[in-house]
Order: sequence, then structure tokens, then C-alpha cells
Amino acid sequence: MVRFENVGLRYGLGPEVLRDLTFRLEPHSFQFLTGPSGAGKSSLLRLLYLSLKPTRGLITLFGHDIVTLSPDAMATLRRRIGIVFQDFRLLDHLSTYDNVALPLRVLGRDEASYRAEVIELLHWVGLGEKIWSLPPVLSGGEKQRAAIARAVIARPQLLLADEPTGNVDPTLARRLLRLFLELNKSGTSVLIATHDIALMDLYDARRLVLHEGRLHVYE
Amino acid sequence: MTVEDQAMEQAAPAEARGPAPIVPSDSIAGTALLAVIAIMTFLAALTLGAVVLVRASAAEWQSQIAREVTIQVRPAEGRDTEAEVRKAAGLALAAPGVTDVRPYTRAESARLLEPWLGTGLALEELPVPRLIVVKTGADAPDLAALRQQLAREVPGATLDDHRAWVGHMRAMARSAVAAGLGVLALVLAAAMLSVTFATRGAMSTNRPIVEVLHFVGAKHAFIAGEFQRHFLLLGLKGGAIGGGVAILLFFLAGALGRWLRGSAGESQATALFGSLALGPEGYAAIIGLIILVGAVTAGTSRLTVHRTLRAME
Ligand SMILES: Nc1ncnc2c1ncn2[C@@H]1O[C@H](COP(=O)(O)OP(=O)(O)O)[C@@H](O)[C@H]1O
Ligand SMILES: [Mg+2]
Repeated sequence: MVRFENVGLRYGLGPEVLRDLTFRLEPHSFQFLTGPSGAGKSSLLRLLYLSLKPTRGLITLFGHDIVTLSPDAMATLRRRIGIVFQDFRLLDHLSTYDNVALPLRVLGRDEASYRAEVIELLHWVGLGEKIWSLPPVLSGGEKQRAAIARAVIARPQLLLADEPTGNVDPTLARRLLRLFLELNKSGTSVLIATHDIALMDLYDARRLVLHEGRLHVYE
Repeated sequence: MTVEDQAMEQAAPAEARGPAPIVPSDSIAGTALLAVIAIMTFLAALTLGAVVLVRASAAEWQSQIAREVTIQVRPAEGRDTEAEVRKAAGLALAAPGVTDVRPYTRAESARLLEPWLGTGLALEELPVPRLIVVKTGADAPDLAALRQQLAREVPGATLDDHRAWVGHMRAMARSAVAAGLGVLALVLAAAMLSVTFATRGAMSTNRPIVEVLHFVGAKHAFIAGEFQRHFLLLGLKGGAIGGGVAILLFFLAGALGRWLRGSAGESQATALFGSLALGPEGYAAIIGLIILVGAVTAGTSRLTVHRTLRAME
């Protein structure tokens, strides 16, 4: 569902942050993306969620060459991808409920049709008490879970998570990992960017390791 | 509504009343824009009212003048002016479509000249032209025949159908209307510019929201709609305030005119205020303007969002 061929990326006139990346992400797969801080994990994710264009090489997403996409086609592709941002990017003026419901609103769905679904998911991630709270009053772990709930509410085919356990204690990290595995079992491909070795030791999965701009894959 | 329904409604949280707006309304510099739109609409409404008034007055004058022609009889040596006046009046009365003929007497003609010549003039010694006012029906009769007849049978008489005057007035009214519409277009253009700037400002303030909307798969049309909602409301509100004040002013001017006419007879003031009384089509035009301002505001902000988003890609 994702194919990279000799992809290179540089910011402006700087050095190549990513070099000659060639790999695939298969449907229903689960993998970690790892590497030291500054290795380019977030940059690789940004290529995947169409926030950046590669400086060279070819990226195919769900069978589409991402360079040739119209804005509307880009939006349509993004609807098949759930993103958990490292800094959450929750909207501070919206309640947890409205934040999580956002992808469904964007699809043009009526509030009555998704209300129960959103509340159920919020209970499932343990935010049942915080449904009407605004993000500024949530703890780091609660924000993390709200961000994850928003990423999965529309049942994406591909889930991208950037350091999703960066702000939480090990117990919660394990719970979140279980959540991702659950999601993977129901058919979503999952790519978790992390430099948390302990987290990766909890589950034996494919590892994509970035080192000095190059990618090494450990099946 | 049953008692149970009421209980249910109270039990639901406040947030159950529909989802919150994605773009917060307090993130848009609304007060300034509201004031600008209100002022612009006020000016545009005054202009529009003036255009409607000019058009109405011009049409009225025209129809009055068009139903009146004058015959002028110039005295000359060796001709009996009185007889010529009588003859011309007779011909006019016989002409088809003429409803009334009124020759001015010598004394009346003299009075017409008083403002220019002063009183106490021995008019017999001056060759004062004599006027005959001829009223015609609503459907303008064929005056060419009368004109030829006069030329043939009454040497000193000429027929003036005021066509030149009507033409002048029509041209003046037309240019007044054109100028008014020009002002209207300028005001609308200025309002559009303000909305463009306000929308750009709102978009840069809300850039994080726009980005998140992109990432959750919102199309440009959806994002534009979220901004447009606020601007449509602002446009309608500002338009209603500005247009409302203008309507109030026209209404007061009209009422004052009626009151002055009722109490103090005709004077310059009544003439002025009387002519400021806007008819129903004038008020309808201003209400139409308010709706137009709302639509233009919404449309402009939508266009600006689309353009900004395309530039952001
Ligand atoms: N917007 C940017 N402009 C310029 N350089 C950037 C930008 N974002 C990231 N970088 C650089 O790219 C490299 C990779 O960063 P990043 O992808 O954030 O790594 P990681 O997520 O693995 O920590 C770093 O050297 C960083 O300084
Ligand atoms: Mg990072």
C-alpha cells in the first residue's frame, strides 16, 4: 500500500536528511520506525502523510504517485491515513469529543450518526470522564490518547504514530501499544516511529531503522 | 413536548446542542470588519436611495412635461396678435388628443416677465410674445400636423413640445443614476477588499486549525465553508446595521416632510424633505443591498480561502 523507491529528502539547501530510501509497507502489517533523535523519523512520516514532497525518488501511496495528486485527491488519500502527531495537534478550543469527531465531520457526516461511536471510543481509550474537557486541562497522557482516538475514529487503512509513548509512563505505554495491536488485528497497517527501545522490546515486529539518512530493514 | 422529553433535554449536556464551530468566532477580527461593513452599507444605501429618488422624480417630471406643449405667438408689425392667439388656440383645440387649451392673457404674459423686467412697464409698447398652454392626453398625439398647420395659417406662431428639455432631463437623470451606481460599485469593491484582508488575517491566525483540517482529510471546499460561515454572518449583521440606519433616516426624512407639509404649507423645506420620501421600491432596494452585502462578504471570503489554500500547497 506504500512504496518508496530511491527516495531522497532535503530541507532547502541543507544536506540530505533521507537518502535512497527503498521499502514497502504491506496491508495489515505492523512495524516500528526507529533511529536516534534527528535521524529523520518525523521527516519520513511527513512524506507519508503528504506534508512534504520528496526531493527525488518515487513515492506511491495506495497506488497513486503522490507528486501528481490534486488537492482534492490528496484530501481523499489522507482520509485513509490516521496520524498521531508528536505534539498531538489537538484544537484547544474544541472539547475532546469534538476533537476526536473532527475526521468524521470533515467527511460530511451528521452529528447524530457518529455521536455514539465517538463516545464509545473515548470510553475505550479511558477518556470517559474527559469527554467534554478542553485539551489545555488534559494531562500529557490524556492528550496522547485523545490524539490516538482522533487518528483511529475513521478506521484508517494506515496508521502513522510519531513517538506515541513519548509523554507517558511505561504502564500507559503498554496499554497504548495494545491499542495499536488491536487496531492492527482489525486490518489497519501500523507504523510507529519511536526511539523507545523498551517499547519495541514489548512486541516483536518488523523494524525500519534510520541511520545517517539511510534505512535498514529488520524483518 | 411531554414531561419526559423535557427531562431528557435537561439531562443532556450543554454540548449536545450541535458541534462547536471548528473555526472559533472570536479568532476573527470581527468587530472592526463589522464596523467597516456597516459603514460601507450605510453609504451604499444612501447612494442607492438617492438613485431611486432621482429616477422617480425624473420620471414624474418627464410625464408631466410630456403632457404639455406650448404655442408661442410672436407679435409683429401689422398683424393682429390677439386674433392670431385666438386662431392658434382654436387650431390647437381642434387637434386630435388635445384635452385643454389655455391662452395666457396679455396681463398674464406680462406677469411671467415681471421677475426679469420689473413692474410698471407699459407692455403695449413692447412686443411681448404670448403663450398658449396646450394639455394633451397620456398617449402623445401627433403634433406634427398641428405644427404644420400653425406654420401655414398663423405666421407668428411656433409650437414647442419641450422635447429638448425632456431629453436634457433624461440625460441628467441617466448620468445621476450612473454616478450613483458607480459609487455603489466602488463601495462594494472597498468592502470586498476589507473582507479579503480580514479573511487572510483569520486564516493566518487559525493556521494550526487549517493544517489539522488538511491532515484529517478536509477538502478545500470544507475549509472554505468553515470560514465562510462566520463571514456570511458578519456581512449580514454589518449590512443590517448600516442598511437599517439608512432606512431609518429615509423614513424619518419622509415623515418630517409629511409633517411639515401638513403644518406649514409649501416652502423650500417641504420641497426638500418631501422629495426625500423613499417609496417602497427604495426600501426594497436597500433590503436587497443588505442581502447583496452578505452574499458578497461570504463569496469574497470563500474565494480568498480557496486562493490562500492553493498558495499554501
Ligand atoms: N522544517 C525543517 N527545516 C529544516 N530542517 C529540518 C526541518 N525538520 C527537520 N529538520 C532536520 O531534519 C533532520 C531530521 O529531523 P526529524 O525528521 O525531526 O528527526 P527525528 O524525528 O528522527 O528526530 C534533523 O537534522 C532536523 O534538524
Ligand atoms: Mg521526531
